[in-house]
Amino acid sequence: MSFLSRATAPVWPLAAPGDNGPGNPWFSWRYVHDNASTLVSALQYHVGLTARAVILALIVAVPLSVLAYWIRPLTGPILALSGVLYTIPSLALLALLAPLVGTTTDTSVLIALVLYALLVLVRNSLAGLTQVPAEVRDAAAGMGYGRFGRLWRIELPLAIPGIITGLRLATVSTVALVTVGSLIGKGGLGDLILVGFHNNFYKAEILTGTILTVALALVLDLLLAGLGRLLTPWTRERTS
Amino acid sequence: MNYFHQGLVWINDPLNWTNPGGLLDRLGEHLEISFWAVLVGCVVGWPIGIWLGHRGRGGGGVVTVANLTLAIPTLALLTILPLTPLGFGKPPVVVALSVFAVPPLLANAYTGLRQIDPETRESARGMGLSGGQMLRQVEIPLAVPYLAAGLRTAAVQVVATAALAAFVNGGGLGEIISAGFGIGLSNGGAGQIVAGGVVVAALALLVEAALAVLQRLVTPKPLRAVQRRRATAAVPAG
Repeated sequence: MSFLSRATAPVWPLAAPGDNGPGNPWFSWRYVHDNASTLVSALQYHVGLTARAVILALIVAVPLSVLAYWIRPLTGPILALSGVLYTIPSLALLALLAPLVGTTTDTSVLIALVLYALLVLVRNSLAGLTQVPAEVRDAAAGMGYGRFGRLWRIELPLAIPGIITGLRLATVSTVALVTVGSLIGKGGLGDLILVGFHNNFYKAEILTGTILTVALALVLDLLLAGLGRLLTPWTRERTS
Repeated sequence: MNYFHQGLVWINDPLNWTNPGGLLDRLGEHLEISFWAVLVGCVVGWPIGIWLGHRGRGGGGVVTVANLTLAIPTLALLTILPLTPLGFGKPPVVVALSVFAVPPLLANAYTGLRQIDPETRESARGMGLSGGQMLRQVEIPLAVPYLAAGLRTAAVQVVATAALAAFVNGGGLGEIISAGFGIGLSNGGAGQIVAGGVVVAALALLVEAALAVLQRLVTPKPLRAVQRRRATAAVPAG
């Protein structure tokens, strides 16, 4: 018996099942219409938590990958440490964090999400940095760029495709992972799914939450892909 | 309040291991669910990946499938499947977990067959091997390191994700954690939550280490330098 979600998750207002058809349809516009405000607020929370987690992870990951890029002996330990963090199941991480930081805020979910996004971002931005051709680096040094100037003007821009790839992977998996936060009632659209399950298996609520989660992941993925194209106009010219 | 101390106390109580629904019961359920999920994943993922790799097409489809499953929340599948004709209990949990085991197995099997030197293929064909013989005697043996890497990724992921089965009362070690939250943080549940977290994390790391050893054992020596762990479709879904 799992008591937790009934105890901690807020009970969303339920719409009556549709007038015609079977009592518990997989999808019902009536449900969507009657619960629009709940759906929107869950979606907003989901987007906000994802954005906070990915941005925080990016702020940590890029300096880490630059550090690993400059000081090669650090590459192994940095990747190994984030690999171990990545192996720890999200539920376990949440279980270790929640008692420490409390379940009244979503801080524990946020920390867990940042840690998971970290490995993907570090690995991809490091790959982006290391694939900068040696001739380009030499040319930049010959033009008088210092270490930071070269990083800022040459190496990071050239690493953008790698960073964007990491950002897309991290965002998509973070959107899916936020749902695990419903363990403490902070799962955004995941709360809808779980509450629907506990409210006598209310299929419309479960499926609406699922569709919104998957759609959100795909939309954010497309947006980031577009952002990547905008930031790297030179890659398009080269291919066309 | 030192939660980790409470966790240690909880984990050191033998009754918490041997009680009905205790750690040993849950560990057994966890391993049982994970085993079947990985097995189903292998039965589905390997033949398709090997066949696509043998034919040399469908690479785009493999990547698409891997990326799509990244976007599906585990929680959604775990809650939806029991409401289908599969019914409640272990089968829907096994199916849900195997959905996430297929992409790494499939992608690694495909890559494993595609990375074989075309010249090796040519000489095998020149020696008169038929398609089936080439697959059995040349391609699959050369792809074993990749198959093992896929198995490792998939198994670790399934063991990690199986903890989420507790959301739908599917059993497994996650139940320890969720029951702890049910008791409440301030009522002494914190120790149980921390203990559950430690055990689940330890199990995932243990499986990862054991399969890393297995992967090394099945990789022939000359291939060890080339082979490295593929990060394809490794989802932190659990």
